[in-house]
Amino acid sequence: MKLKLATLALAGAMTAAAPAMAELVFPSLSYRTGPYAANGIPFADGYADYFTLINERDGGIGGEMIEMIECETGYNTEKGVECYESTKGEGSLVYQPLSTGITYQLIPKVSADGIPMHTMGYGRTSAKNGKVFEWVFNYPANYWDGASIAIKHLLDLNDGSLDDKKIALVYHNSAYGKEPIRTLEELSDKHGYELMLLPVDHPGQEQKSQWLQIRRERPDYVLMWGWGVMNQVAIQEAANIRYPMENFIGIWWSGSENDVLPVGDGADGYKALNMHLPGADFPIYDDLQTHVYDAGLAAGAGDQAGSVLYNRGLYAAMLAVEAAKKAQEIHGTSDITPAMMRDGMEALVIDAALMESLGLPSFGPEFEVTCENHGGSGLGIVQQWDAEAEEWTQITDYIESDKEVINALVEEDSMAYAEENGIELRCE
Amino acid sequence: MFYREAGEFRTSYVEDGQTFPIAFDRWRYYAVLAVAFLVVPFVINDYWVNAIFLPFLIYAIAAIGLNILVGYCGQVSLGTGGFMAVGAYACYKLMTGFPDVNIFFHVIIAGFITAGVGVLFGLPSLRIKGFYLAVATLAAQFFLVWLFNRVPWFYNYSASGQISAPERTVFGIPVTGAATDAWATYLFCLVFVVALAWIARNLTRGSVGRKWMAIRDMDIAAEIIGVNPLTAKLSAFAVSSFFIGVAGALFFAVYLGAVEVGEAFGIQKSFLVLFMIIIGGLGSIFGAFAGAAFMVLMPVFLKNVLVGGLGWPTDLAAHIEFIIVGALIVTFLVAEPHGLAQLWRVAKEKLRLWPFPY
Repeated sequence: MKLKLATLALAGAMTAAAPAMAELVFPSLSYRTGPYAANGIPFADGYADYFTLINERDGGIGGEMIEMIECETGYNTEKGVECYESTKGEGSLVYQPLSTGITYQLIPKVSADGIPMHTMGYGRTSAKNGKVFEWVFNYPANYWDGASIAIKHLLDLNDGSLDDKKIALVYHNSAYGKEPIRTLEELSDKHGYELMLLPVDHPGQEQKSQWLQIRRERPDYVLMWGWGVMNQVAIQEAANIRYPMENFIGIWWSGSENDVLPVGDGADGYKALNMHLPGADFPIYDDLQTHVYDAGLAAGAGDQAGSVLYNRGLYAAMLAVEAAKKAQEIHGTSDITPAMMRDGMEALVIDAALMESLGLPSFGPEFEVTCENHGGSGLGIVQQWDAEAEEWTQITDYIESDKEVINALVEEDSMAYAEENGIELRCE
Repeated sequence: MFYREAGEFRTSYVEDGQTFPIAFDRWRYYAVLAVAFLVVPFVINDYWVNAIFLPFLIYAIAAIGLNILVGYCGQVSLGTGGFMAVGAYACYKLMTGFPDVNIFFHVIIAGFITAGVGVLFGLPSLRIKGFYLAVATLAAQFFLVWLFNRVPWFYNYSASGQISAPERTVFGIPVTGAATDAWATYLFCLVFVVALAWIARNLTRGSVGRKWMAIRDMDIAAEIIGVNPLTAKLSAFAVSSFFIGVAGALFFAVYLGAVEVGEAFGIQKSFLVLFMIIIGGLGSIFGAFAGAAFMVLMPVFLKNVLVGGLGWPTDLAAHIEFIIVGALIVTFLVAEPHGLAQLWRVAKEKLRLWPFPY
């Protein structure tokens, strides 16, 4: 007992010693270790580098410097809670946990503490309904949009009909992987395809039986909701059974370079969705080069620039910075609070001119956040891996999801949540 | 000088048989309880509760439970994570099914349900022992996690398969859900910890505990002197699972608020609790607390030192943390194979003679 109390006292002294002199605090709950590190690292690097760029080039947002606090979660919910509690007192403006499990945990906490959370293309899909989820945002697109976009792409390939087709979903057996099932089932009723579900347990290194089943049943298309090491293994297994890669489509979390590179030529033709464009062919990379990379300020090992998830980290940080600018504009002060940040996020408008001015021309979809709609426009592209050139190429324009099906599902799920938790509807 | 029995004259059996026969030890114990109940609730904040106290208290309950089974009765179990999941899902179903009943009773009923499941999976222990039993309980771990993932009834058919704790109150003060105060959740768990530790301590001192220990030390000899292995082993499984079920229910409802069975109650949880009792000391209630404190506090402490204090990159700190915790475990076990509880016993012996050892 004594030993314990001494340890506690020491830990307490250490926590108290951490300085709190930040101006605008953006916590980064990242994961650079564990089975999901391969995907967590590029995102965290991109997120950090964009903030560094804003600090170095523009002197912060509206004159206020950005302080980014990084906290390692290891994609683990208990550590996620620890990270949240240790950073929320520092004046954190917005949380982006990059984990659906941690998101579910934090939704009630951020709502009670009054800190906005942005879960870009992950998390709880029905948080799109701003009437119920005041503090949670998931623009520009969500899982159900992703499921619908993938099916729309398949409809395009099959002249508008998926009758008698068989589609398999290989998914991470967790909240994340289970999210699209309802949507795919609804869409299966609408379009007449047969859905086959193949769960893969955490962390996903063992998928022989799932792919044996695919080899036996021969589905026409395979969709994948994978993350971390599961992606590489799935693509490798698909190559092993010689599954036609162009019929294999991953969600945007299963479509980065480190998922396909280990498979080599076998991954050629693999498709994945994306909510922004891949590649480093944007003017912002010149600025990053001058202000961040050449100055030796790049986060991590500095070798992730231009990869899909690095771009997503940039995109997430860009949306956060734009929302902060909006908040400063609305409230007429540069020193914003989390509540002001929320107002900024709810009034966020991203259009082509804005992206152009930021050095990211047509990087993402145009969208507008409103009080009712926290989910953006729900647009996504399909990209395809070229193993020879080792790069992703965009093969479709932005596809819009089937709002008729999705909005009904969002309404149903969010209302159930509101009822369960006694939430009064907003925006009326 | 400390922990000396000199000068203490006991005149009744009750006094002689009390849990802490040495006055100094007893007063120290009361002091710890007083601090825990009267001081800590007034000084803690959200960080201390959610990052340190709640996991420590809840893992302590689980560790006591597993210690009863492994440390006292000698039945190796790797099903702790699965049994915690039973407690959590039972609590969730009860909370959503009977919203008017107090959460306090839900947690206890969840413990009883887990006890039932534990007895069921304890049945093989009547025929198999040691490593083979460990494998049988490992099956329970995988089966239970699979079950809660597979059958939508357990998570009320939610789209994501997550279970989330709705707000529930005790005496009008919320202890689960989002709007909880740090002191409320802390006290709620502390009451369970103190009550359960008290029960465990007294069970293991009485005839039930002696039967368990007889089975642990030599089951054939125990049977010859009249210990029924059926009741002894199954009661150990039942009591142990009850504790673990309560821990699982608190872990879900009070600490995390939302869980996903594969992530929160996977095989790594079984190992974590097993490591706690091995490091803390098998067959010791104090050992369960010490082990839980070590495994919960050490990573948080190192993280605060390395990242907060020294400003190291988070990934480097996370890796170094593994190395340091691993090295400490090895060092502790080499220095004292019977765990932290034995270190504490030795320390007490030394303190007794201090400052004039002969």
